[in-house]
Amino acid sequence: MPYVPHTDDDIRRALAVIGVDGVDDLFADVPAEILDPPLELSAPMDEVTLLAHLDRLAALDQQAVPTFLGGGVRRHFIPAVTPRLAMQGEFVTAYTPYQAEVAQGVLQSTFEFQTMMSELTGLPIANASMYDGASAVAEAALLAVRQTHRETVMVSRAVHPETREVLQTYLWPLDIDIEVVDLEPSLTTPVPVVGDHVAALIVQDPNHLGYLEDMPAMAAAAHAAGALLIAVVDPLALAVLREPGSYGADVAVGDGQVLGVPMQFGGPAFGFMVVTDALLRQLPGRLVGQTNDVDGRRAFVLTLQAREQHIRRSKAKSNICSNHQLAALLATVNMAALGPAGLREMAEGTVRRAHQLAAAVRAAGGDVAPNERFFAEFVLRTRADGVTVRRRLAKRGVRAGVPLPAEYGIGNGVTLAATELTTDADIEALLAALHDVGELGVVGTEVPA
Amino acid sequence: MSDFPLVFERSAPGRRAARPPVTEGATMAELLGETALRASPPRLPEVSELDLVRHYTQLAHRQFSIDGNFYPLGSCTMKYNPKLHEDAAERFLDLHPYQDPDHAQGILALLHGLQGDLATITGMDAISLQPAAGAHGELTGILMIRAFHEANGEGEQRRVVICPDGAHGTNPATASMAGYDVVEVSTGPDGEVDIEAFEAALGPDTAAVMLTNPNTLGIFERRILRMSEAAHAVGAQLYYDGANLNAVVGRARPGDMGFDVVHLNLHKTFTTPHGGGGPGTGPVGVKAHLAPYLPAPLVAREGDRFVLDTDRPRSIGRMRSFYGNVGNLVRAYAYIRTLGAEGLRRVSSMAVLNANYLRMKMKEAGYTIAFDRVNMHEFVAQPPAGLRTLDIAKALLDHGVHPMTVYFPLIVKEAMMVEPTETESLETLDAYAAVLAEVVERAQADPEYLAGAPRHTPVRRLDETTAARKPVLRYGFAAD
Amino acid sequence: MKIPQELRFAASHEWATEPADGIVTVGISDFAQDQLGDVVFVELPDVGRSLAAGEAAAVVESVKTASDIYAPLAGEVVEVNGALLDAPEAINTDAYGEGWLFRLRVTDAAAWGGLLDADAYAAVAEEG
Repeated sequence: MPYVPHTDDDIRRALAVIGVDGVDDLFADVPAEILDPPLELSAPMDEVTLLAHLDRLAALDQQAVPTFLGGGVRRHFIPAVTPRLAMQGEFVTAYTPYQAEVAQGVLQSTFEFQTMMSELTGLPIANASMYDGASAVAEAALLAVRQTHRETVMVSRAVHPETREVLQTYLWPLDIDIEVVDLEPSLTTPVPVVGDHVAALIVQDPNHLGYLEDMPAMAAAAHAAGALLIAVVDPLALAVLREPGSYGADVAVGDGQVLGVPMQFGGPAFGFMVVTDALLRQLPGRLVGQTNDVDGRRAFVLTLQAREQHIRRSKAKSNICSNHQLAALLATVNMAALGPAGLREMAEGTVRRAHQLAAAVRAAGGDVAPNERFFAEFVLRTRADGVTVRRRLAKRGVRAGVPLPAEYGIGNGVTLAATELTTDADIEALLAALHDVGELGVVGTEVPA
Repeated sequence: MSDFPLVFERSAPGRRAARPPVTEGATMAELLGETALRASPPRLPEVSELDLVRHYTQLAHRQFSIDGNFYPLGSCTMKYNPKLHEDAAERFLDLHPYQDPDHAQGILALLHGLQGDLATITGMDAISLQPAAGAHGELTGILMIRAFHEANGEGEQRRVVICPDGAHGTNPATASMAGYDVVEVSTGPDGEVDIEAFEAALGPDTAAVMLTNPNTLGIFERRILRMSEAAHAVGAQLYYDGANLNAVVGRARPGDMGFDVVHLNLHKTFTTPHGGGGPGTGPVGVKAHLAPYLPAPLVAREGDRFVLDTDRPRSIGRMRSFYGNVGNLVRAYAYIRTLGAEGLRRVSSMAVLNANYLRMKMKEAGYTIAFDRVNMHEFVAQPPAGLRTLDIAKALLDHGVHPMTVYFPLIVKEAMMVEPTETESLETLDAYAAVLAEVVERAQADPEYLAGAPRHTPVRRLDETTAARKPVLRYGFAAD
Repeated sequence: MKIPQELRFAASHEWATEPADGIVTVGISDFAQDQLGDVVFVELPDVGRSLAAGEAAAVVESVKTASDIYAPLAGEVVEVNGALLDAPEAINTDAYGEGWLFRLRVTDAAAWGGLLDADAYAAVAEEG
C-alpha cells in the first residue's frame, strides 16, 4: 500500500494507545447507512503500470511539432536551469509561509517576484500572484468598483473572450454592469467616451488578435471621467513595449504563463496584479513585505493580512485564499536566469519571427490582415472556418490557428503566433500545410479532408 | 552580521545566465514604431548561472517543507507528495489548450476519467475541474446555487447563507462575493453545530448552508442527515466544503450525506503539491439538478471521442481561462489510479488512526484536548495553563518540526489544530509528542525560554507591526 | 486599565465625550486597544456621512485582526483624525487623547446620558 507506512503491528499499537478495539470504532460517529459504500474505481496500478498507461494516453496527444498557437498561452524558451531550481523539493512541498522564521525561502522569492513584476509593469505594488490572468482582470474590476463606488465597467471586445466571460461571472452577483467597446476594422479598439458612471476601462495590449492598442489615449479617456484604467498586458512583451506605469495605468494585470511556465494544456500558470500606491488597501491577494527580526536581520513576512479572508471573513477584499506560488516561482527564477538582456532577446525574437511569419504567409498568397502593429500574433483570414482549418493543419502535423471568435463578426479566420523558438523549418512546414489545405489563395485546389 | 542577499544584490551589470535563441532582423522601432517602445529596461537581476543556482538553492535551504519536516497543520492535510506524480505530469507539459481536440484525446481522456473518479468518490452526479483553488471552488458552488434559485423565481427571496461560527474564513468571504448576507450559527458544547440554533436559523430566506464534515474542530457532525433534511425542507441548498475530506475519503461520501454541491481541495486530500502557497485546485461536484449550472466547458464523451462540451446555456459562465489547473489534475489522477478504492479507504482510516494516536500522546505531554473524545483526522488542543500557543509554536521551530495550525478555529481560545495525516509513521508522532513535552518542561523551568524562541532558525521573531505600518513591498534600487 | 470618569462608553468599547455644542469625540478604550495589539491601520468614515447609533463606522486593524468600530450615538461625521493614517500607533499609546477617531454632530445630545458611565463600563471590561 503506497505512501501509508502502517504495518499490522503499528495499527495494533495505536489502537491500544487510543483505547479502542478496531479502526472501525473510530468511525462510529458516521451514520451506518452511509459508511463504506462500494466504490467503483479502477484497480490500483503500480508505478510501472501507471506510467505505461499515461504513456499510452500521451501518445494520443500532439506535442513537439511546429506550433503557431497563441490566444494567451505560448511555447517559449525555458532554460533547463529554471525548472530544476524552482521545483526543488523544499519549494514544491512547502506550505503557505505563515511561520515566517522557517519560510524565508518562499517569502524572499516572493518579494523578488513582486519586485520583478513591479519593474516590468512600471507600477509600485505587486501582489504575490493570483490564479490566472482572467480572474485577475475580474478581481481588478471589483477593486475599481470598491474604489470609485461606481457600478459599471467598460471593456474592449478585443480583451480575450474568456477573460470577458470570467468578468461577467464575477460581476453578475453584485449587479455591476458591463459595457463593451467594439472593434474597428483595423482590429484595434477605438478610444471610447467614458461616462462618469464608469468605475474602470479595461483594455488588453496586445489585444486578443495580437494588435497593439493606443494605451496612453485609453488612460486619458478613463481619467477624464474619474475612472481607473486597467491594462491587461503580456508580461514578456513588456520587455520591449512601453510599460503601464509610463502611460498612467492604475492597475496592470495579466497572465504569467509566458514568463517560464510550461503550457500544460492551460494551467496552472498564474495571474498578476500590480497597482499604484493609492490602491494598496484595496489590493486583493497575498503580499510579502520586508522587515527586521529581533536581532536586526532583514527578513520577509506576509503582511497587511487584515485585508484577507482569514481575518476579515465576510468583509474581505476577496475570498482568495491561495496564490499560485510555485508557478510564480518558475517565473521569478526564469526572469533571474534570463535577466533584462535575455528577456529582451526573447521578446525581440518573438516580434521578428511573428513578422517574418506574416510576411511569408502573405507572400505565399495567404490573406493576412494588413495591420502591422502586432507583437507575437496576427490574423489570417481563411476560406474554411477556423476550427476546421485548425483540424486540417493538425492532421498534417502542424499545431496552428486559434479560431477567430464568432462574436467579432469578421468572418472565418485564425490567429497565428510565433515565438523566438520558431524556426525556418517550422515556417516551411506551416506554409506547406496551409497550401495543402487550400488556404493560400490557390484557386480550384481540391481540399483533402 | 550581514543580511542574506536578494537576487538583485548578487547582480553585476553585464552578467547573465540563460541565452535564448538569437533572431536577426529588423529593429523594434522599425516593426512597431518608436512610440510603442519602453524607454528604459526593467531592472531584472543580472547574475551568472552559478550564482543563480547558489541563490535559489540556498533559499530552498531556508525553507521548511514536507520533504524535510513533519508538518501537522490542521485543516491543511500536509501528506507526502509522491515523486511519481512529477513523472506523470511531465508527459503532458507541451500541450496547448487550443490545439485541435482530436489531437488531444489523451489528456481529454484523462480529464474525463478524473471527472468520473471524483464523482464516484464524492457521490455526486457531475464534476467541473475548472476552479483553481478551494476558495475558487466555493465561489463556483455558491454562484451555482444562486443561479438555481433565480431560475426557480426565488432569487430575491433567498438572501442569506448560513455558516457555522467555526467556519474557515473563505466561507463567509465567498458568500459576500456572491452577493449574500451571512448568518453564523453557533457550535454547541459537544463540538457540533447547535442543532436548535441551526433549525431556528433556517427559513424561506435561506439560499444555502455551508458546512464541512468533519467540521473545523475535526468532529464528525453526527446529525448531518437531520441537518440536510431540515435545510432541504425550507428549500435551501447544502454546500460541502471539502477541506476535511481526508477524514472520510473512500469510506463516506458527501453526496450520501445530502449535500447538493461539493468542492474538493486536490492539494489536500489528493496530494497535489502545496507549492509554498499554491497552485491549488478546487473541482466542484453537483447533484443532477445543479448540473446545468456548472462552468463550461466540461469534458464529455461522444461515442469513442472526447470533446469539450461548451453547449451549456444555463452555465454560470467561466470562472477562469481554459480548463483548469491541468498539471495538477494529472497528478491527482495518478494518485487515484495508484490507490484505487481500497487505497483511498486506507488513507482515511490511517489518517483518523494517526490523529487519535497523537491526541493521546499530546494529552500525556500535558496539553488539554478541547474535545476529549474520538476525533476524526484532526483535533484541537490547548497549551497547559499559563503558556501561550504562539510561544509554543515558535519553540517548536527550533526542533525542526513545524507547528500545528494556531489560533484557528476562532471559537477555541489559544487553539492548536493538529492533523498528522496518514503518511506519517508512529515514530514521527512519538517524536513530535516528545518535543511538545520537552517544550512544556523547559517553559515551566525557565520563563525566558519560550519568549526568546526561536533561536536556531535562519531568522528569529519578526517585527510584523512595522511591516504593516510601513509596508516595503519591493526592493529599493539605489536609483529609486 | 484607564477609564476616565468624564467619558461615557458603549458596550462595544467605544468612548464618547460629553456633547459640547452638539459635537462629541469618539475613540476606543484603553482596554480595547490592549486587546487588539499593535494598531497598524485605521479606516475612518467619510466626513459628511450620517451614522445611526450602533452602525459600523470605522475599522481598526492590528497585524492579526480587524475590528469594526461602531458609532455610539447617531449623528453626522464632521471631522476625522487624519493623523492616524501616518501614525496609527497613537491609538495604542494615547487611546483617550491623540488616538481619537472621529467627531460627530449628534442628532440627540441627551442620548449620551444613556451610555455606560465609567463604573458600568469597568464592569463590562472585567467580563472581557
